[in-house]
Amino acid sequence: MDAILLQILNGLDKGSAYALIALGLTLIFGTLGVVNFAHGALFMLGAFCAVTLNRILTLSHEVVDETRTDFLGNPLKVDVPYVYDILGEAAGNAVIDWSVPLAILFSIPIMIGVGYAMERGLIKHFYKRPHADQILVTFGLAIVLQEIIKYFFGANPIPTPAPAAFAGSFDFGAMLGFDPNTIIYPYWRLVYFAFAMIIIAAVFAFLQFTTFGMVVRAGMADRETVGLLGIDIDKRFTVMFAIAAVVAGLAGVMYGPINAPNYHMGMDFLVLSFVVVVVGGMGSLPGAVLAGFLLGILESFASMAGVLEVLPGINQIIIYLVAITILLTRPRGLMGRKGVMED
Amino acid sequence: MFGLDAKDTRLVLIVAVLTMLAPFILNPFPEGSELAQFNAGYPDLMQRFVIFGIFAIGFNILFGLTGYLSFGHAAFLGVGSYAAIWMMKLLTMNVVPAIFMAIVIAGIFSLFVGWISLRRTGIYFSILTLAFAQMSFALAYSVLTPLTGGETGLQPKMADPRILDGSLAEGTTPRANLFGLQMSSSYELSVGGWLFTFNAGYYLAAVVMLIAFYISIRIFRSPFGMMLRAIKCNQQRLNYTGLNSKPYTLAAFVISGMYAGLAGGLMVAMDTQVGPERMFWTASGEVVLMTILGGAGTLIGPVLGAGMIKYMENIISKINSTILHEWFYWMPDGLEDFVVAMIYPFIGKGWHLTLGIMFMLVVIFLPGGLVEGGQRIARLFGKGKKAETDEGGTKPSSTPAE
Amino acid sequence: MGILEVKGVGKNFGGLKALSDVNLSVQENTVHAIIGPNGAGKSTLLNCLVGKLIPDTGSVMFDGQSVLGRKPHEINQMGISRVFQTPEIFGDLTVMENVLIPCFAKRDGAFELNAISAVSGQNDMKEKAEGILRDVNMLDKRNMHAAAMSRGDKRRLEMAMCLVQEPRMLLLDEPTAGMARADTNNTIDLLKEIKEQRDITIAIIEHDMHVVFSLADRITVLAQGTPLVEDLPENIKGHPKVREAYLGEAH
Repeated sequence: MDAILLQILNGLDKGSAYALIALGLTLIFGTLGVVNFAHGALFMLGAFCAVTLNRILTLSHEVVDETRTDFLGNPLKVDVPYVYDILGEAAGNAVIDWSVPLAILFSIPIMIGVGYAMERGLIKHFYKRPHADQILVTFGLAIVLQEIIKYFFGANPIPTPAPAAFAGSFDFGAMLGFDPNTIIYPYWRLVYFAFAMIIIAAVFAFLQFTTFGMVVRAGMADRETVGLLGIDIDKRFTVMFAIAAVVAGLAGVMYGPINAPNYHMGMDFLVLSFVVVVVGGMGSLPGAVLAGFLLGILESFASMAGVLEVLPGINQIIIYLVAITILLTRPRGLMGRKGVMED
Repeated sequence: MFGLDAKDTRLVLIVAVLTMLAPFILNPFPEGSELAQFNAGYPDLMQRFVIFGIFAIGFNILFGLTGYLSFGHAAFLGVGSYAAIWMMKLLTMNVVPAIFMAIVIAGIFSLFVGWISLRRTGIYFSILTLAFAQMSFALAYSVLTPLTGGETGLQPKMADPRILDGSLAEGTTPRANLFGLQMSSSYELSVGGWLFTFNAGYYLAAVVMLIAFYISIRIFRSPFGMMLRAIKCNQQRLNYTGLNSKPYTLAAFVISGMYAGLAGGLMVAMDTQVGPERMFWTASGEVVLMTILGGAGTLIGPVLGAGMIKYMENIISKINSTILHEWFYWMPDGLEDFVVAMIYPFIGKGWHLTLGIMFMLVVIFLPGGLVEGGQRIARLFGKGKKAETDEGGTKPSSTPAE
Repeated sequence: MGILEVKGVGKNFGGLKALSDVNLSVQENTVHAIIGPNGAGKSTLLNCLVGKLIPDTGSVMFDGQSVLGRKPHEINQMGISRVFQTPEIFGDLTVMENVLIPCFAKRDGAFELNAISAVSGQNDMKEKAEGILRDVNMLDKRNMHAAAMSRGDKRRLEMAMCLVQEPRMLLLDEPTAGMARADTNNTIDLLKEIKEQRDITIAIIEHDMHVVFSLADRITVLAQGTPLVEDLPENIKGHPKVREAYLGEAH
């Protein structure tokens, strides 16, 4: 029982990331009809927004500290971040410590800009081109984006710690009456899960309760008819692309403390997220979320020692196996609509 | 000749002459000269040209003709490689059984993958092939370690049985050969400042590529090839014309899988080792790029694309900032530094950046690839001939041209 | 006994009755038109004949053999060729190749791997294809990109693709829908020519009365998924039930 609970918890954070990326992917697919292989790169860019903010906040200048001396007896030179000068040492430290959550605010305008530029500059010209061309051009874009990041940040993962307040772990086991230390779960993963739920809820609320969202949903269902109503659906779709970019970016920002960001993390997540979208059903938002969590948890179960003993290596392939099975038995995915990509 | 019309025969002959004389053609600059770094006439690189050429020719039979975009063809290449290395471990270091087995096993594997994946079309097909390839990669990396050597991969060892070869003399390493002719053996010809290398392995691979190229032309020109192009245009019409499109597509899939296996087997014949990274999905992406860059659906395009990418990969990743400074030394200092700084991100380790940009530019501006680009240029210069070729209307874009 | 016998065919979509108890007998070498107001089930019926849909009840026999459960390509191989409402051709291929494909399909069957011998070397196939193109006056366009042609030419090409297979029966799905009057008349002339020159049965689904009365030997009127009347054209014209069905729709 406790082992099962632990695996479900372990699957949640990865599932959250899958769900958030897949949500954006399917949103773009459903609205613009574009298969975006560069969506993983947006996730990666988000993570590097957090890295960048951290670097900006820790930009330092050298100050000679007269009160201390180094081992030669000379006055000690220390690096003092500029934020200390502005906010004072205590507040400055706090700001640096909280750089990852602060990066949420920092990344939103950046991701909107990136998303807008991508849609207007590139994707727009590919609405009428075959899906193969869309896949190829966005695949090229993804390579370019990740190589740019690699150029500036190097190839190695860059640790981005969570705020000290979330550094510890939460003992679920003790809380639920199991033995202590059987189910421990890092706070940050819990935060990530909650954060993902908030974003998912926000996206759904936006689509459900605003007129803008209503038009977009109508456009997803039947683009031509909405166009006939005289509504400029394209402009709204640009906005949707930017929103999808922000969702992927935020997923990346907050993922940093779970896995240190590196330049190819986008590609790693992209392939799996695509599988998630297909399992959930192309163009189905609830399907993407459901499949994201489902596959995240399934993957975590497959990694249990007991399972691996019986089926070695199953954790590596479980997601693909599920995808193949689903595609063959339910071609539209778990919650896919009729008529999407069936020609 | 050989059942080809005059135009195709000329194409095959041109390709044959170019590949046979490649050690000369690719080494235009004397040894030790400043431009020698642009030479490509050394065995390792030339082998890669023709092997990836085969891979791309095969991929083109599927993607170029039927329009089915597979994102998992590297898996067949990998499976072919593993099959070949096992033949070398168990049977003989002679490359013939190794290459033969690579084709057979890759064919069987692609029959299985294709049979399942082809139940879906479009993006779903791409995802299915991607899923199979990633699964193969993951399995080769982990569980199948006894078969694949896991992360380290496989190479022939002294202790391998090799039933046909008999035991090797102590201290010698097993080397791939063709009935005794070692693949790594080369004849070097020094003329003036030039050094030309004629490598046995390269010539084997080149001959195999010519055969593969010839077969692909025959397929393109056959009724079967025409059906495959019809599948790309309008599957519904094809079905209502009394043709079952599924087996045609599957046949194209298996043929292209066997080409991939052949390429994998040849890789092992040239360099007797395999690792799972050969099956990673980016490797599948690379063959897609080669085909697109050269021109999907054209005959010579994939070969050009493969050569171009492998050449640029090799040359661009070798250039460093010292070389750049040497090139631009004639500029005023500030400008020189600026130019070098601007180019620097694209060279050396920045090769992938250049690759990604090339990928985008080709898809955006030249969907027909280099072949279409060449045709456009030819049209610009050959306006006199235009009236003749345009007789009877516009030329269909998908008609395989050279 | 007609060449095409439809007996008691019914088809439901969910709760919607698209066809119920359709009986139809098409005599060999005649033109049989199926008319009816929108939503009468004409297209559903046609799709049941070509294997796109499988009826819930009833039987469809072509030349004494059941077509039910067979795939479209199998039904085509039995001798039924279909012309679509909007011409379905191979846009990226040349006109000549468009006609060659059905030639090979006819000669080699549904799946015959002929991967090695060149198309250009098969003179009998080429002659056959050129012959049909001559018949439909398109020989001068044989090297043209099929997608680049006018809609009228595409329609003629599609007819040629069907005719070159020498089918025993041609199924036409509103072949003049959305056409200008002149194009419609051209299509009528083309069909008349086909009817006069070949031993062929034609079943035509049509909305345009002008087309129907110019061509048909017999007419079946379909309304609300079931046949109302079947008779000679001159009897259909003034038939009260037909007027009711059409007037009911129009006014």
